[in-house]
Amino acid sequence: MVREITGAEMVIKALIEQNVKHLFGYPGGAVLPIYDEIYKQNHIQHILVRHEQGALHAAEGYARSTGKVGVALVTSGPGATNAVTGLTDAMLDSIPVICITGQVPTGLIGMDAFQEADVVGITRPCTKHNYLVKDIDDLARTIHEAFYIASTGRPGPVVIDIPKNIQFASGPYQTNKKIAHPTYRPQVKGDQNDIRKAVDIIASAKKPVFYTGGGIINSGPAASKLLRELVKLTDYPVTSTLMGLGAFPASDRHWLGMLGMHGTYEANLAMHDCDVMINIGARFDDRITGRLDAFSPNSTKIHIDIDKSSINKTVQVDLPIIGDAAHVLEDMLRIWKDKKPKIDTKALAAWWQQIDTWRNKKCLSYKQSREHIMPQYAIERLYELTKDRDTYITTEVGQHQMWAAQYYHFDEPNRFMTSGGLGTMGYGLPAAVGVQIAHPDSLVIDIGGDGSVQMTMQEMATAVQHGAPIKIFILNNSYLGMVRQWQELLHEERYSHSYSEAMPDFVKLAEAYGGVGFKVEKPDELDDAIREMISVDKPVIFDCRVQKLANCFPMIPSGEAHNNMLLGDSENIGSAIGEKGKVLV
Amino acid sequence: MNSPQQTVGSAYFITESSQKEETHTLSVLVDNEPGVLARVIGLISGRGYNIDSLTVSEISHQKHISRITIVTFGTPQVIEQITHQLERLIPVHRVYDLTAGGPHIERELALVKVLGKGEARLEALRLAEAFKAQVADASTGHFVFQITGRPNKIDQFISLMKPLGLVNVARTGIAAVSRGAEQI
Repeated sequence: MVREITGAEMVIKALIEQNVKHLFGYPGGAVLPIYDEIYKQNHIQHILVRHEQGALHAAEGYARSTGKVGVALVTSGPGATNAVTGLTDAMLDSIPVICITGQVPTGLIGMDAFQEADVVGITRPCTKHNYLVKDIDDLARTIHEAFYIASTGRPGPVVIDIPKNIQFASGPYQTNKKIAHPTYRPQVKGDQNDIRKAVDIIASAKKPVFYTGGGIINSGPAASKLLRELVKLTDYPVTSTLMGLGAFPASDRHWLGMLGMHGTYEANLAMHDCDVMINIGARFDDRITGRLDAFSPNSTKIHIDIDKSSINKTVQVDLPIIGDAAHVLEDMLRIWKDKKPKIDTKALAAWWQQIDTWRNKKCLSYKQSREHIMPQYAIERLYELTKDRDTYITTEVGQHQMWAAQYYHFDEPNRFMTSGGLGTMGYGLPAAVGVQIAHPDSLVIDIGGDGSVQMTMQEMATAVQHGAPIKIFILNNSYLGMVRQWQELLHEERYSHSYSEAMPDFVKLAEAYGGVGFKVEKPDELDDAIREMISVDKPVIFDCRVQKLANCFPMIPSGEAHNNMLLGDSENIGSAIGEKGKVLV
Repeated sequence: MNSPQQTVGSAYFITESSQKEETHTLSVLVDNEPGVLARVIGLISGRGYNIDSLTVSEISHQKHISRITIVTFGTPQVIEQITHQLERLIPVHRVYDLTAGGPHIERELALVKVLGKGEARLEALRLAEAFKAQVADASTGHFVFQITGRPNKIDQFISLMKPLGLVNVARTGIAAVSRGAEQI
């Protein structure tokens, strides 16, 4: 007879079999049996967060920096509802995360029991899939299936809701057998004929651009290598979404910078004027396209995506290819090398010349100050002083996030963790903890704003408890900067509730948590302080007081097209948006 | 290029679609597991799609497969999105767009309750016979007619019953399969 084990043992056994090394969680009544099993073993290290949202963001940071599945464990009711923001974040950014939630015993479900919530109901729209396990015989198989679903196809979060009586019940353990799922079969290989057609279209381009996204990073390091090879072979320019930064090296001459609302002039103009657009693993998000009816009006669009529903969702494309980025790029390169198509080098030279005139606009230049630290300057110095190290960057959401994307340059994938789709303030600090746990010897910096970091500041305690020496680099302007910028733009500088009058003393706060605090106010103090911050082997809060009213440029104003950008403070941004545009924001 | 229509907008730019809306009948084969209908309906309401009619029932007891028939309307782009979004759901086997796939049969059943006496009552019975509706229940004061057929036939029958004492209607929604030898 097969030896029977309890449901709680099964959870840990299945996680070990799935090669899980770290678990981010918070205990509570409905998961106590699982916590008891965690206590009895040494294979999995549990990281105790201070809020369940932090557990999910830490698992996301862990997943994005390693390519592995991040795992979180929370209790029923409020534990699960607190996790919803993190789950939605992982859903929108396609991050493989497993969240195990405790649930009240099956007999109490529906009775409004203590700490009961309809977790599968609540998380249905914000997960790739979710399960309520009602039978001990389904438990182990469900966990293995959850890992399969979270990590394959277009990755995403999966919730497993386990009632407490199932954790106590006993049954035989099922190992992770590779069985074909009856309905879920992600398509990874692209259609060969379509890839051949794509090669012909790409080769005949006169004004081409590669528009790449997070799909390349999710596909794994191989996809980034193949993209680099394809760019080298074609000599075509590359731009990327926020999610795709690092897949192509920012130091390469083919790199145009990020595109979209706060993208570079050259990237957006290239997108607008191109005749062939090759979208690899991006989804024509509204922050990228701007006005849809004026989006890249004269281009033939090729769209490579693993998710069929991304095709023609917002932008109608000419040639869709469903498949995994690495697989399609590999086939594309093979066909290219077989065919050896002739590129119109003359047209391409003219295109590069055009791009260079756009580059000469120097859209990322800003007015330097000797009095105040310009936020852009702070990021530039941070980049210069950390680029030669093994560095990972996370961010919060707002102006600082865009400045990080613009002025910190990434040469490798999986180095930049930011909340793109959902735009979750408070993401970066717990995500940094997750990254640091995965990479204990690396330099992990959360570039934050004074508003965002206060949303999940409690995870400082997690960092201290688990010896994760993250560096929280706050661009402190006392404002919710992006809100203030939009109020300047749309609401005649009526700064309604975007100024924080009661700012905590971040240095004392760091010390209160057992970390180290820095405060810098003058540009000439910055370099030394950053160097000192790096040398500290403890969690650090770095309060970088920056110019308060700086705006984030370039910017495509509300409802405008790519070729209608605001470049700097000299322009009258107050009148940049039409009356109807203001209503619609 | 510079007409006011084109220069206004927003970060959330709402484009008026020039495409015409069409009505489509979708057949969705799903694993018959708890919550599967909630996934389908939640997706449709969450993404703002329309439902004209929805029926669901298990069609293979051994394989635990249910067939959901959805009548929806939208622009061709939206219909394509609905199909692909439904296909993303893990328990969904396949989604067939019967309208796009060619000729298909749509049938519906309705129970129609009519109260009345005298001439109106006789007229209701005569019309029911003409529509091949069956009397499912009757008393001296009422009829319950059972009528099957195309949805527009049922619409017509109901509108004829209105002046004759119609008090209640229950409709099943549409069941549909493709014509010919195809397995859809």
